[in-house]
Amino acid sequence: MWLVVPTLVALLFAGAAAPAKAEQLVVSLSNQRVLINSNFIGEELVLFGAIQPEPGQQLKPTGYDLVVTVAGPRVSLRTRRKARALGIWVNVDSREFVGVPSYLAILSNRPVDAIAHADILRRLQVGLDYFLLTQRIGPDLADTVREDPFRQAFVREQMRHGFYRQAPDAVTYLTPTVFRAGISLPADVSTGNYAVDVKLLADGALVTRASASLDVIKAGVEQYVADAARDNGLLYGLATTLMALATGWFASVVFRRD
Amino acid sequence: MQIYLPIADLPVNIFLVLGMGIAVGFISGMFGIGGGFLMTPLLIFIGVSPAVAVASVSTHIAASSFSGAISYWRRKAVDVALALMLLAAGIIGTAAGVWLFTLLRRLDQLDLVIGLSYVTLLSVVGALMIYEALRATWRALHGGPAVIRRPGSHTWMHRLPFKLRFKRSKIYVSAIPVWGIGFIIGFIGAIMGVGGGFLLVPMLIYFLRVPTATVIGTSMVLTLVTMASATVMHAATNHLVDAVLALILMVGGVIGAQFGARTGQNMRGERLRLLLGLLVLAVGLRFAYELVVTPDDLYSIRYVGAG
Repeated sequence: MWLVVPTLVALLFAGAAAPAKAEQLVVSLSNQRVLINSNFIGEELVLFGAIQPEPGQQLKPTGYDLVVTVAGPRVSLRTRRKARALGIWVNVDSREFVGVPSYLAILSNRPVDAIAHADILRRLQVGLDYFLLTQRIGPDLADTVREDPFRQAFVREQMRHGFYRQAPDAVTYLTPTVFRAGISLPADVSTGNYAVDVKLLADGALVTRASASLDVIKAGVEQYVADAARDNGLLYGLATTLMALATGWFASVVFRRD
Repeated sequence: MQIYLPIADLPVNIFLVLGMGIAVGFISGMFGIGGGFLMTPLLIFIGVSPAVAVASVSTHIAASSFSGAISYWRRKAVDVALALMLLAAGIIGTAAGVWLFTLLRRLDQLDLVIGLSYVTLLSVVGALMIYEALRATWRALHGGPAVIRRPGSHTWMHRLPFKLRFKRSKIYVSAIPVWGIGFIIGFIGAIMGVGGGFLLVPMLIYFLRVPTATVIGTSMVLTLVTMASATVMHAATNHLVDAVLALILMVGGVIGAQFGARTGQNMRGERLRLLLGLLVLAVGLRFAYELVVTPDDLYSIRYVGAG
């Protein structure tokens, strides 16, 4: 009971303090379920959105900035560094990135550094340089400065594979209030839930935000095989071996020469 | 035509993988080997992770060695007793190999160990094969005395205790080297994703004096069982066997093997061994190059887990 009162008070003040929002953001994805089947080679999605004035309000004539952040299911990834030892290249050092998105696309209508001040970008986690990438450092979990060699290598490698992407031209305005953003998922994308967060900024400050989500799931044979391999490893192994024996036997019958 | 591999988690061109299966199958049929030492590096080269490549190639080799073993069985060229004896140790070796494989993967040193094993093993075996084949060719050209292998000739291994008689192969040897060879082949096979035929055949000939009539058939039975059990163990412990990938490879493999076997029968033994030696050495040197040359990026990323 004693918790409820301050909460109510806080709500009252929040309602009173926040200026009346002038803009509404509406977004929609072209496809909310991406199916990975046997001919999956990646997919292009489109996010459409519109900026609308609240009833009785006006839109700013100076225009708006948009940042779309698509974050895939969280994973832990280890970044390893090689060094030369006795003439060969060996992994000598590693850093674990805990609970980082397996896929991260930061799409905007112009370079994020031009949209807002670095402090705001950091608070909003806008841009690969400002997105929170937690590392296990000793007993602690923390993000490092963006110049950290492991962080840089991690982002670079993820970008090389198409898992991380920062595109300052991916959001385009169809009219001054209607926009679209192209989201491209690479072929070896992780399965799971992808959160799409759209931030509307004006004059270097956040105006409002909207969200959407999409699911990437394996379908058909791919799903069946992957599930079997994960859930019934032993049975799957036995079945695969039987398949191998059947193929071998079949070949020896077909090509029998004696 | 692209097909998505459910465990390797990447799309590959089905005809490319089928073609690789046929090409490696051709070589394996020609030389009477499984061809894993060629297939695993090829898969790694097209982007399959080394761990999935090693595990899936085991399945592929199980298929090709089964088809080979059946035809040798029909010709009564399999020493069942010897195969069983090698197997008992081979399965223990495979289990030890899968255990070490899992451990090395956790320590981030799996790729290095796979690379180093390929370099050492393939360079040494390849060089020995080339040397042996060239010597045989030299002898044939200059009419020198050929070394005749007498059935009674003994090495120090024949003086070890626990002697056993293998009737089909007409040998009487200690169980210790038999178990040792079985263990080593099973162990190496699980770590490197190779059947070990290219190692097992020379070992059986040189150490145990197994006659050529039964050596390949027996080796194929051993390869079959170690690779089948490696498949099951890799699937149960590491969930790394890609059945779709393995199926495409084995279909290509069994077709290629038939043509390879016909080509191989028309070639002279030492020329065949020289070619195989050069091939083995080339793959070994390719791995050495990879280890020594400065990588494009010193950093690499490995998936640890969800969340």
